[in-house]
Amino acid sequence: MDIAFTRRVLDNGLNVIVHEDHRCPIVAVNIWYHVGSKNEQPGHTGLAHLFEHLMFEGSEHYDRGYFQPLQEAGALINGSTNADRTNYWEVVPANALEIALWMDSDRMGYLLPALTQAKFDNQREVVLNERRQNYENRPYGLAPAVILGALFPADHPYHWLSIGVPADLCATSLEQVRQFFETYYHPRNASLAFAGDIEQARALELARRYFGDICPGPEVAPVRPASVHLASEVRLLLEDRVELPRLYISWHTPGLFRRDDAEMDLLADVLTSGKSSRLYRALVYEQRIATEVAAIQNSREVAGFFQVIATAAPGRTLNDLRRAIDEQLARLVAEGPTTDELERAQVQFEAQFVFGLQNVGGFGGKSDQLNAYNVFLGDPGWFARDLARYRRATREGLRAAAARYLKEAERVIASVVPRGRPELAVSDSTPVVPS
Amino acid sequence: MSVDRSRLPSPGPEPDLRFPEIAKRTLPNGLRVWTVEHRGLPVVTLMALVPAGASSDPFERPGLAALTGDMLDEGAGGRSALELQEALARIGASLDTEVGPDATLLALAMLSRFTDRGLALLADILARPALDEREFTRLRELRVNRLVQLRDVPPSLADRAFSRLLFGPHPYAHLPMGTEASLGAMRHDEVCAFHRRAYDPQRTTLVAVGDARHDELFQSVADAFDSWPAGSAAEGDLTAPSRVAPAVGSRVAIVARPGAPQSELRIGQVGAERRTPDYHALLVLNAILGGQFVSRINMKLRQQRGYTYGARTAFDFRRMPGPFLLQTSVETQVTAAAVSDAFNEFHAIRDARPATAEEVALARASLTRGFPRGFETPEQVARALAQLVLYDLPDDSFEQFVPRVNATSEDEVTRVANAYLRPSEMVTVVVGDPDVVAPALQSEGFPEPQLVTVE
Repeated sequence: MDIAFTRRVLDNGLNVIVHEDHRCPIVAVNIWYHVGSKNEQPGHTGLAHLFEHLMFEGSEHYDRGYFQPLQEAGALINGSTNADRTNYWEVVPANALEIALWMDSDRMGYLLPALTQAKFDNQREVVLNERRQNYENRPYGLAPAVILGALFPADHPYHWLSIGVPADLCATSLEQVRQFFETYYHPRNASLAFAGDIEQARALELARRYFGDICPGPEVAPVRPASVHLASEVRLLLEDRVELPRLYISWHTPGLFRRDDAEMDLLADVLTSGKSSRLYRALVYEQRIATEVAAIQNSREVAGFFQVIATAAPGRTLNDLRRAIDEQLARLVAEGPTTDELERAQVQFEAQFVFGLQNVGGFGGKSDQLNAYNVFLGDPGWFARDLARYRRATREGLRAAAARYLKEAERVIASVVPRGRPELAVSDSTPVVPS
Repeated sequence: MSVDRSRLPSPGPEPDLRFPEIAKRTLPNGLRVWTVEHRGLPVVTLMALVPAGASSDPFERPGLAALTGDMLDEGAGGRSALELQEALARIGASLDTEVGPDATLLALAMLSRFTDRGLALLADILARPALDEREFTRLRELRVNRLVQLRDVPPSLADRAFSRLLFGPHPYAHLPMGTEASLGAMRHDEVCAFHRRAYDPQRTTLVAVGDARHDELFQSVADAFDSWPAGSAAEGDLTAPSRVAPAVGSRVAIVARPGAPQSELRIGQVGAERRTPDYHALLVLNAILGGQFVSRINMKLRQQRGYTYGARTAFDFRRMPGPFLLQTSVETQVTAAAVSDAFNEFHAIRDARPATAEEVALARASLTRGFPRGFETPEQVARALAQLVLYDLPDDSFEQFVPRVNATSEDEVTRVANAYLRPSEMVTVVVGDPDVVAPALQSEGFPEPQLVTVE
C-alpha cells in the first residue's frame, strides 16, 4: 500500500507535495499550518480556532467571503482546528484549480490588510454559537473540558479544548489575532498537498507561482511540555441535563506514532469494536448494564490519552459499570487478547485504512494524510510504515501496553449524571462545575 | 511569471464528465443485480436496496421496519449474533443498515480479496436471518433506551416534533426509529411477519461496485444469492399509499427546554417528491435560498447577524412529497428575531426580491461543476445507483443533470418559489426555553405558540 508522491521545498520554506490520481476530474488542495490550540497560552484559549474562521472572511486582494467564488467553481471547501494543527482544504474541478491556489495563497500572504474589528466581532459571535450548539446545549457536551482539565495540568497545552473558554474568547483583542497570524501563518510553518487529476510538474509550477513570493516568517519553536503523570486516581462528578448517566475513564498514553500508540489503537478495537468485542459483549450484550460502550486511543502530537466511555442502562449506576470494566481490563492485562481477536483488529484496521484512501480530498483523504505524515514525521510517504505498525503488533505487545498504561491508580474517572442524582456516580467523586 | 492579484483566475474549459457504465442482470429468483467497475483501490462496496422503510410501518407500529432491519445481523445462516459479527470482523467489513422513510439500505464495504466471503454473509443476512426472540427482546430494550437518551438531544426532539406536526396522519409523520410506546408494545412475530413480506428477491436490488469486471462481480453475486427463494410478491405493494399530507395553516410549537442556551429550530412545509419535473429548478431555488454557505439565509443569520453557527434549508425529496425545511440552532435571546428573518427570506424570494441573474448563475455553476465529485468512490457510485432504483429514475439521469440544471431560468426559479414555498402553511418548531421564546415570538407577531411534547 504505497501512495506515490513528489515533495519539494520552496525557497521560502513551504513544503509542497503532489500525488497524481486521474480517476475523477477533480483536484484536492490541502494546506496544513502547524499550529493548534496547543500553541495557545492559558487565559487566551480558543484563538487558533477563532482565527481559522477569519481565514474565510477575505484577504487583501479578495476582501469578501471566500465561499462564493469557490462554490461557483464547483468546489467543496472546509477547514478545521484541533490541538496540533489547522487545516484548510478545497476539492475543485480540475479546471478551477488556480482559483483555489490564488485564494489560498492570498490568505497566506495578505490576510492582515483585510482583517477588521467588524469581521472579528461577527466571527466571535459565530464561534460562541458554535460552542453553545456543540458543547453547552448538547448532552454530555461539557465532559471533555472537565476531563482534559483534570488529565493535564493548567500549564499543559492539552489542558483546554480547542473551542476555547468563553471568557477568553471575549477578552481576545484584534492585536492578538494579528500577532497570531504573523507568528504561525506563513510558508515555513505550512505544508501544501495536491492530490488528484493534475500532472506533478504543473502542480509544482503552480505552487511556485502562487506561493513562491510569500515571505517565510519566523521559525516556530516546537511545543515540548514536560511529560505528565497522575499521582493517584481522580474521581469527578458532573451533573448535566441527561437521562442516563455516563462514565468516562481516561489514562495517559503515548502520543501519535510513538511506541505503543498502534497497540493502544488495537486494544481499543479489541475492547469495543463490534458485538463480539470484550466490553460490548460483557456490558451491553450479556449483562445489559450499559446501552453503549466505546474505547478510543486519542493520539496527539506530544501526548496521548486512552478513554473508555460507557452509558448506563436505566436503573444501573456508574459503579456497576466501573466494576464490570475493571474486571474486563484486568483479564486483558493478565492474558492479553487471543490470536483471533488480534487478527480481527488488524484486518479491521487495514480495511479502515484503505477505505480512508478512497477520497483524494476532505478530512482524512489522501491529501490530508500526506500532510499529516509530512508535518508530524517529516515524510509524506509513511503509508506503508504506518500500516506496518499494526501488522507487526503481537498479543504480548498488546498485553504489555495494557498493563503499562491502563492502571487503576493512574486515571481520571468522570461521572456525568442527571441533575439531582449524584448517587448514580462512581463513589467518592468530587463535584465540578465546567467553565 | 508573477501572479495577477487584481482579479481571480478564470476557470479553464470544463472537463469531460464520465459517468459509470451500469450492467444490469436479473437472477432467476427475481433479484436485480447492477454492477459497476471501479478501479484503483482493492475495495468492493455492496448495497442491497429493499423498498420498505418507515413509511411501510403499520400505523400503530412506528419503528417496525427499523427494528426489523436491525435484527437482520443478530444471527443469520446458522451463525449466532456473535459468530456473525466475528465473521464480518474477520474480513474487516462493517455492515451499515440504514432505514429511511421509503427504503432499507444495507451497505457492506470490504477489501476486494474478501468479496465472496462478504457476499455470502450479506446473503445470509438478507435471506436467512435468525430473527431470534431473545435477540429481539434485547435489541428492543436497547432501542427504547436510546430513545430515552434522545429526550435530551435538541436536534432529535426538533425533528420528531416537526415531522409529527407537519405530516399528521401521513406515513411520513414518524421517524424510522419509532416511539418508546410503540417499541414497548412491539412483538417478535410482527418482526418475523414484516421480514417475510418485505424481504423478497423480487423486490430487492443488489448493487456491486468495485475493483473487478462486470462478469466477475455478477458471478459472485449470483453464487451467493441464487439460493434465496422468491417470496409471494403477490402480497401487494409495501410502499405506503401515495397520499399528499394535508395542508395546515401556519403553526408555531415549542418543545420546552427551560434554561437552554440555544433554541433548535425547524421551519417548513410539505415540499416535493423526487420524480417531480421541477426537481432541478427546486435544487437551484434551494441553493439560492439556503442550501449552501453563501445562500441568503446563512448569510443573513450567520454572517450578518451572528445568531448561529450555521443555517441550512433543503427539500427532502422522497417517493412521496417530503418536507422542505430550514434547520438551525440560534442563541436563545435572538430566537424570535431569527424566525422573523427566516420568514422574511421565504416571502422575499417569491416576489419582493426574486432570484437575480447572478444568483441563478452562481447556483447553477455550483450545482453542475460540483456534480462529478459525487462519483469518486465506489460507495458514492453505489449510492447514486440506489437512488435510480428507489425513485424509478431513467438511466440517463446523471447525463441529464447538468443540462437540466443549466436550463433553469430566473423566471423558472421564481415560478417554483411561488408554487412550493408557502409561508402561510409553514410549521415552526422551537426546542428551547419557553419563558423567553414564547413572549418574544408573540411580540414579533407570530401566533401564540403551542407547547408540545415528544412521545
